[in-house]
Formats: sequence, structure tokens, C-alpha cells
Amino acid sequence: MGRYVIRRLLQMIPVFFGATLLIFLMVNVMGDPIAGLCGDRQCDPATAAQLEKEFGLDKPVWQQYLTYMGNVFTGDFGTAFNGQPVTELMASAFPVTIRLTIVAIFFEIVIGITLGVVTGLKRGRPVDTSVLLLTLVVLSVPTFVTGLLVQLLLGVKWGWIKPAVSPEATFSELIVPGLVLASVSLAYVTRLTRTSIAENKRADYVRTAVAKGLPRRRVISRHLLRNSLIPVVTFIGADVGALMGGAIVTERIFNIHGVGYQLYQGIVRQNTQTVVGFVTILVLVFLLANLLVDLLYAVLDPRIRYA
Amino acid sequence: MPDQPEPLESYEEGRAIAPTGAGGASDLATAEGETLEQSPSAASGGRAPGGPLGTGTDKKPRSLWSDAWRDLRRNPIFIISSLVILFLVVISIWPQLIASGDPLDCDLSKAQEGSQPGHPFGFNGQGCDVYTRTVYGARTSVTVGVLATLGVAVLGSILGGLAGFFGGAWDGVLSRITDVFFAIPVVLGGLVLLSVVTSSTVWPVIGFMVLLGWPQLSRIARGSVITAKQNDYVQAARALGASNSRMMLRHITPNAIAPVIVVATIALGTYIALEATLSYLGVGLKPPTVSWGIDISSASQYIRNAPHMLLWPAGALAITVLAFIMLGDAVRDALDPKLR
Repeated sequence: MGRYVIRRLLQMIPVFFGATLLIFLMVNVMGDPIAGLCGDRQCDPATAAQLEKEFGLDKPVWQQYLTYMGNVFTGDFGTAFNGQPVTELMASAFPVTIRLTIVAIFFEIVIGITLGVVTGLKRGRPVDTSVLLLTLVVLSVPTFVTGLLVQLLLGVKWGWIKPAVSPEATFSELIVPGLVLASVSLAYVTRLTRTSIAENKRADYVRTAVAKGLPRRRVISRHLLRNSLIPVVTFIGADVGALMGGAIVTERIFNIHGVGYQLYQGIVRQNTQTVVGFVTILVLVFLLANLLVDLLYAVLDPRIRYA
Repeated sequence: MPDQPEPLESYEEGRAIAPTGAGGASDLATAEGETLEQSPSAASGGRAPGGPLGTGTDKKPRSLWSDAWRDLRRNPIFIISSLVILFLVVISIWPQLIASGDPLDCDLSKAQEGSQPGHPFGFNGQGCDVYTRTVYGARTSVTVGVLATLGVAVLGSILGGLAGFFGGAWDGVLSRITDVFFAIPVVLGGLVLLSVVTSSTVWPVIGFMVLLGWPQLSRIARGSVITAKQNDYVQAARALGASNSRMMLRHITPNAIAPVIVVATIALGTYIALEATLSYLGVGLKPPTVSWGIDISSASQYIRNAPHMLLWPAGALAITVLAFIMLGDAVRDALDPKLR
């Protein structure tokens, strides 16, 4: 187990540096990191040269990347366009997005798996067909359309929720945005659970459990569900990172001041340090979530042993 | 990585459905294809010796493909979704067939007005006819979807297929590269990359989708080639002295391509949705290009007063994406022998 974790951590290193380098190159080589600092006007050449010298942008790109990474590991993520340290932005943004992600994951697990189990057990029945159609509809409507429509109907027309989330972004305010954020993954979890349950329903161990006379509830929860959840757990775990990065759209619609909002501001204002800093953390979260998922396998499937 | 122990293999399998950050739909594509990875070989292996069961005129033994085609012809979902797609392709080539107006011909005095004779979908914020713009928007969406999918499919299946076939160091390097791309959420990568591009054509968007989309397909192609490679007929061909290129083209490709086709079809729908999302965020296509994403984005400001401006292009977008997802679903069901 310990050796496996160490090997996985070592494997994460090149991926981490590759992903951050990719983003770093996109921002610094293709974009113009200075342009954002002069506001909407063009920088005059003297100022630009001065700024480039000040930020070390006259050095070769690999050197810039090394310097940046060195700073990151000492906890210095640079400053945002308004002079605030990026770490401060992170401290205010990440709790909000983490809350939003928790709400979304909660809905994925509770609604997605419940619907998946129900449809998987009743494959081919009307319940199954209608839920399946519903998931297809959810999958085919892009999140930003769902979000806008939900905001219009629940927030403006019927007044059930506030159309915009306050800066505190409490859990109760994040229920509807979380549902919107989760919607596509939720439909996917439903389909995944359904396929998995339907396949395993015919397995020998389920027949054995039924033949032993175990109550139906126990067969489903202990035998069927545990074995069917492996692909679902993989998906949900890996979805954590994707949800945090994909929250840009949802956060923009509901005016949530989380990671997506800060990233969007950073990109619009061409502030490279905000963008690269947030993306670095997101990549790290994604990699750690995947590691956790792999370790969870052993809990769900005792056949898997980590040497 | 054949020498890796058990846990790592499950890790690779698990990661094959790692989300791309597109919001889940493209992950759907990945995993839908995964169930197929085992199937083509099993299907052709099991069916080909089945003898001359061929239907009608051809006396050849039924292949996986003719079998699948027989299934598909009787599947209402396949028929409906192909008709929708055919219709979309036709109107994206000849939009004037059903829309006589000019999508850029706008009259500000009619801004935000609702449906009226001759203009069934009403007018948008600039006073342009929503119906005409919705019809013309199909061209952009279909172009982006088709070209991005072609690029992703060709690049992904060649790189992934070669890695799966030859294995070794190149395979290891490619797997790490795909890991790197998987670690970057797609919408985020799109925002970063496209915000620095000033061109207003569809090419940067297509290029970006190919750049961040190919790892997904290469992973599918790699897995599928590794499965196909282990079949007896490939070993037999190798024993008979077939060259690498012959084995790849004659024996492996026909038996490994089914998952790639399914994933690509479903991905096509998600690329169309992704284009709209990027346009909504202001980094995708830019006016004067006529696209559903741009129209939905500009309509979102007026959603309280004139929701019709948003609903029509959004509906068209949803139907298009749905058609491609259903087509991919139907093809997968037809190619998957486990469901027969």
C-alpha cells in the first residue's frame, strides 16, 4: 500500500509539471502578460520594457517557468491585477467553490445513484425509459442554457430563490447552482449506475445471495450495489477536479465569487499570475482526487491489492 | 505497460473515463466507447465462422458491420437521429432552402419583438430575424463539430493506435502526455488559449478542440488496439510473417475502430455544445459569424424581457447535440454483442 502510494505520487510529478508548463506557455508565450497592466490603453515602449525587466519577462521562457515554480513552492503566487496577492484571492475563492462542489457531488451521489439503481433494476420498464430520456435531454442541453433557464424560472418568474448569490455564498444559497453544476454529471452517473447494475444483476453472486434467502434489500445494498459502484466512484472522484474547473460557467451565471469567477477575471484582465496560480492548484486537486479514487478501489473491491 | 502489476492496470482503466471538464458529456462519450473495447473482436470472432447466414443477395458471411447495419435499420432512434442530422447537414449547406432572409439584415426598430407573420421566431436584441439566424447558425455549429471531430479522430486514433500497437517507451510517453492533457479542464483551457487569439474565423476554435480533444480518443484507440492485438488471428498473421503495416491495416484496424467511431459520434455533439459554451464566455466565435452560441450569449442579457431570443437557438442546439448523442448510442448498441 505505502509503496503503491509513493509510486503514484512519483507518477504525478511529471503530469503536474507538464500541465502547469502547458498553461504557463499558453498564457506567457501566446498572450501578452504586460498588456493587462496598462489597463485598456497600449503600454508605451519604455514602460513595457521597464515592466518586462521588473517581472523578469526578458529572460528565456524556461527560466521564467523555473522562477515561477520556485516561487509557488515557497507559497508566493504573485499579485493579481489590483495589487492583491493571488493567495488572498485563493483564500476567499476556494472555500466558496469547495462548498459549491460539495453540493454538486452530494446531488450526484444521492440523486444519480438512486435513479441509476431504480432504472437498472427495472430495465425496459416505463420508469427506466422515461428517466433515460430525461438524462439524454439533460446531457444535450449545455450547462449555461440550463443555468440561464433555471435562473429565469426559479429566480425571476417564480421567485423561489434569489437570482444572484451573495458574496458569503452559504450552503442554502448554493443548492440551485450546485444542482445546475451537477446536472450533466448527474445524468451521467445515472446512466453509468444503470448500466453497471443491469449488468451485475445477472451475476452468479447475486443469484447465490437470492438463493440463500437473503432479503432483497440486503442483496441490493450489500452485494449488487457494492460491486456496481466501482465505475461510478471512479467517475465521481475524477469529477471533483472537473467540477471545480468547470464551475466557470455556473459561477458566472449566478454571480458566485469563487474560483471560476476569479479565473474569468484573471483571463479577461490578462493577469497571468492569477490564471497560472489558480490553474496550478486546480491541477493539483484533480491529481489528488484521482489518487484518492484509486485508493478507494481497494475498499470497494477486495480483490485489488496494492503491492 | 504489460509488465505493470494489477493495481496500475485498474488505474489506467479507471482513468480512461476521467472527466475532461467539458461538463461531463464528453466523458459520457469516453465511457460509452469503453464498453465496446472488448466487443469487436469477440463479435467478429464469434460471427465470422457462423457461415453463410448473409441476407438476400450477398453470399458472404455476415460481418460485424453488416450485422450492425441490419440492427440499425430497424432501430427507430437511429432513423430519427439520422434524419435530424441529414436535415441539419442539408440546411447548413443550403440554408436558403428554408430561410429566404439575410441573417445580417437587421432592423433596430423591431428589436426584441415577438413572433409575427413572416418572422415565426420573432426578432433579437439587434432586430435581426431569429428564425433566419437560427437556420444559418447550423452551418457554423455543424462545421465546427464535424471538422473538430475529424481532426480529433484522425490524430487521436493514429497516435493512440501506434502507441497501443508498438507499446514500449513511446507508449509510456504518450500515456503521460495524455495524462497532462486530462489534468487541464477543457473549458478552462479553452478560455486561456482562445482569449489570446484575435482571429474571428472558426479555425482557432477547431484547432483548440483538436489540441485538447485528441488524448480522449487516443486513449480509446490505444485500449482498443491492445485488445485487438491479442487475438489469435493477429498472432497467426504474425506467425505467417505479415509485416507490421499489413497486420495493422488488415487485421487490427477493422476490429479496433468501432469504439473510436462511437466515441467520435458522441463527441461531435459535445463539441457543438462546447463551441456554444466558449462563445457564451466570449472567447469562442465572434460576430459577424452567425452561431447559436453567440446568439444565446447575446440573448442572455435580455432573457427577462424576451426569452424567445434565447429559447429558439438553444432549442436548435439541444436538438442537434441530442441527435448526435442518440446516433452514437444507437451505433454502440448495434455494435455491442453483449446487448444482443
